[in-house]
This record gives sequence, C-alpha cells and structure tokens, in this order.
Amino acid sequence: MNDRTRVAWTFLVPMLVLMVLVAGWPLARSIWFSFTETNINDISSSRFVGLANYVGEYGLFFNPNYTEGFWASDWGVAIANTFKFSIVSVVLETLAGLGVAMLLNQEFKGRMLVRTAVLVPWAIPTIVSAKMWGWMLHDQFGLINQLLVDWGLIAQKIAWTADPKYALWTVVGVDVWKTTPFMALLILAALQTLPRDCYEAARVDGVHPLRVFFKVTLPLIKHALFVAVIFRLLDALRIFDLIFVLTSNSGSTISMSGYVRREMVDNGNLGFGSAASTSLTLIIFLSAVLFMRAARVKLSEESS
Amino acid sequence: MNDEQRPLLGTIVLYLLAAIVVVISVYPFLYTISTSFKTGSALFDTSLLPHEPTVRNYIQLFEGRQPFGRHLLNSVMVSTVTVALALLMAVTASYALGRIQFRGKATLLLLILAVSMFPQVAVLSGMFELMQAVGLYNKAIGLVVPYTIFTLPFTVWVLTTFMRGLPKELEEAAIMDGCSPMRIIFQVFMPLLWPALVSTGLLAFIGAWNEFLFALTFVNDDTQRTVPVSISLITGATAYEVPWGSIMAASVIVTVPLVILVLLFQRKIVSGLTAGAVKG
Repeated sequence: MNDRTRVAWTFLVPMLVLMVLVAGWPLARSIWFSFTETNINDISSSRFVGLANYVGEYGLFFNPNYTEGFWASDWGVAIANTFKFSIVSVVLETLAGLGVAMLLNQEFKGRMLVRTAVLVPWAIPTIVSAKMWGWMLHDQFGLINQLLVDWGLIAQKIAWTADPKYALWTVVGVDVWKTTPFMALLILAALQTLPRDCYEAARVDGVHPLRVFFKVTLPLIKHALFVAVIFRLLDALRIFDLIFVLTSNSGSTISMSGYVRREMVDNGNLGFGSAASTSLTLIIFLSAVLFMRAARVKLSEESS
Repeated sequence: MNDEQRPLLGTIVLYLLAAIVVVISVYPFLYTISTSFKTGSALFDTSLLPHEPTVRNYIQLFEGRQPFGRHLLNSVMVSTVTVALALLMAVTASYALGRIQFRGKATLLLLILAVSMFPQVAVLSGMFELMQAVGLYNKAIGLVVPYTIFTLPFTVWVLTTFMRGLPKELEEAAIMDGCSPMRIIFQVFMPLLWPALVSTGLLAFIGAWNEFLFALTFVNDDTQRTVPVSISLITGATAYEVPWGSIMAASVIVTVPLVILVLLFQRKIVSGLTAGAVKG
C-alpha cells in the first residue's frame, strides 16, 4: 500500500464506520427481525419463526387466508397502490418536467422570474404541501371545488382525498405539482449542454421543430433523462409522508412504506412489519434493476 | 430563438405558457399565506386577499396546546447538527474518493449511491431497537442518528463530484511544497470548495428539516417533536374542528425561511442537484 492509498483509507474509515453503525447494523437487525415474532413493546423477547412472516397462514405471500386472491389482501393492495402511484406520477412528472425545461430553455423576457417561480413547489416541505393541498382540496370549503363548481365543470363538490375513486389520483396530482421542478431543472441542465449550432443549422434548413425535437434533442438528452427518471422512481416507490398526511393512510391509498409502518408501529408486530420492509426493499431493488436493464442505463460507467 | 426571431403567435403562446406555469407554481403557497391571516368564517372565503387580516393564528400557534416554538428549536438543532456532522466527515472522505486512485473505489462509490437511494423504512425496526438501546429514543437530538443514513452518503456523493473537478495543478504544486493531505483540503482546496459546501449543506439541511417518517416513529414526547410532525398533529378543540388557520400559519413559518434560502442560493442549489443526480 503506498502513501496516497493509506491516506485515502484513513480519510474514509470514519465515514465507513459511521455508515456501518447507523445503516448496516440496523438493516441487518431489521432483516433478522423479519424471521422472528417480536412485539414492539418488548423487543428483547423475540421468537424465531423462520419464514412464517413471509409465507403461509400468517405470512405476506401465499397466504391461504387470502380467499379473494393476493391482490385483494392489504399487502397486495399496498403494492398495487405504490406501483400505480409511482408509474403514473413519474411519467407525468417527466412529461411536465420536459415541457417546463423546454420553456425555460427559450429566450424571453422574465425567464429568470419563471425559473425562480418554478423552484417554489420544490422548496416547500412535503408535509406542508400535503396540508396546503388538503385545505385547497377540502370537500366543502376548498378552493378547488369552489372553482370547479363556479366554472360549471362539476355539479357536486368532490371529496378528493376521501373518496376511494379519486384519492390515489389526488396524491399523484399533488406529487406531480411538487416534484416537476426537480425533473425540469435536471432536464434543463442537460438541455443547456446541447450544441447551439446544431439547432441553427436545422432552423436555416427549415426542419420542422417537432422533427428537431425527436431526432436531435431527445436522443442527446436521453441519458440524463433516464438517470433523472430512475432517481425519481426510486424515490416514488418509497413514498410515505404525502399519503400519511393527505389521505391519512386510508386503505385505498396506503403505500408499501405506509403498510410497514402500520403493521410495525400501530399494530406493534415488529417482526411481521420487518418482513414487509425487507420484501419492499427487494421489490424496489428488483424494479430498479429491471428498469436499468430496459433503459440500458449504466450508473457506474459515468461515475468512474 | 429570441423574441425578434419568433412569429407573433409563438411569442403569445410562449408568454401564456410561462404565465400558467408561474401561477400553478406560486398560487397555492400565496393562498396558504392568505389563509394563515384568516380566522373564523372568513376561512371559507376563497378570495386571495383576506378582508380582515389578523395575526391571531400565529399568536395561537405559540400559545396553544402544542409547544410550537419548542418544535421549531428542535428542528433547527437537529438539522444543524446533522449537516455539521455530515459535512465534517464528507470533506475528507470525498477528497479520498475524488482525488486519489485506489482499488475498490468504484465499488465504494456505487455502495454510497445505493445507500442514499435506500428506502428508509428498510431500517425502521433495527433503528428502533438501536435508538432504545443507546437511550436516544424519544429525544429530538437522537434523530441525528437516523438522519445520518441519508445525509452522509448524499453529501459524500455530491462533494466527490465537486472534488473531482478541482484543478490538478493546484494539488500537485501543494504536494511539491510538502503539504500534508489535511492542509491540501483545508487550506488549498477550501477557498474553491466552500460554494459546494454551502449548496450541499443546504440540500442536506432541507432533507433533515423535512424528514417525517423517522421523526414520527422515534419521538413520542410532545416537547421533543420536530416541526413536520408538529404540523401533521395540530388539532382543534374537538375532532371535527380542524384549525386550518393555525395549520397554515405553522406551514408559512416552516416554509418561508426555506423558500428564501432556496431562492437566494438557487444557482448553487441547481448545480448541487445536477451534480448529485445527472452525473450519477
């Protein structure tokens, strides 16, 4: 080992030790708990039960009590909710973010003002935006219902956050509002690295702007776009706070993380909750790998 | 294309779209500020300007059932300590990762990225046990421990990309002069690095300030809560009476400093965000 390498490891050791203590150890313990029956009020007296929390009569998967099928069980619903929410919101955020980024990439008076305004939703804490929208979407006194009724778009006020027909899509809407700026800024950063002369040439040759977008812009920002999408997807799949506050973790909107917390803390089944959290981690990991395979994004390639 | 080169219709559409984007982005928060100055039946009036503005909601917040002032202090303390700890460790670690070639570096970087994208709920039960074992359960300052899981890898990752971009000549000259690595970091690089430290620190601060799941799970004592949990728990005299005015006042107090900080440092924040994600 030469001097520089020794310096590197000396500098890394404090961080690595801390990460093992605060992340590695709790993760290992959580996985261990998932094979036990443990009550949250008495952690020391836990009993090893093998895979019982995962499969079988008391398990998450292949449970014979799921008479109406897996997707009708609470856990199945939580998985389905999380994926519905994640896929729809990430698609909408990407499209809206692309639109806003294209707009901000134009030259016009007041562009800086628009860019500053766009940052506002991103700067607002999730809990605050949940409460804020909860108030604006209030079924009786909310601004949104008032406007929609006044404009004659709906006949009766809608319980946006309580009605199971709308609740999940309301959560999606609020998330899109809050996270589009993040997408827009990342895409804008990629757009601003594109060569200007290419566009000048296309304009002089009279190529249709839509054609320029699909043939030049999109292929050039593809990589940055995919990386932004994977970051958002991983973030969306672990959603908890927005749903917990906006719709009070109701059955029609509860996410995988919400399910874990409910089982673990509210119901006190630390072992069963840990099995759900471990499954959640595996599901998210698999989704990320599959997505990266499909999109052919290589994270390590860029970082070296 | 600038305004002169664009056809008139294009210009009109552009400004219209820009106006819509601004309204959608800003109006909800303006409406929140407006609601925070309304009480009683004025709350049900959906106009943006309150007819009889009052600061009663704000006063009630600090005199109410919940010690909101205390919660604010808790949040400031937890976020500051978390960020200070993360930056302290990240500066040296990112120097090693950004400036020194050694075996296993690529794997280490990938591991750090993986930890920062990890679902927090995956460590919930193990962390619960750890917090109780070391006596930090139910204490605001204890939240620094779980918050380090996401702030430390994030700051290391972003600072590494900044470290990598610093001029090689500067470091070589310093080594020739016999500078130790510590002096290189804190005396040679620091003047170039501090803008990155500000933006990274600010992003980590926002992350800690907004955190909800751990704060909700590991703190039960009413005086030890942080503001996001505090806001989610504001209730009225009865279960049916939600004090929207107070909730909005609390939201404004928690958000205004963040919005000002973000707008002041917007260029730096954007570069921090892109370093954290696009170069990932």
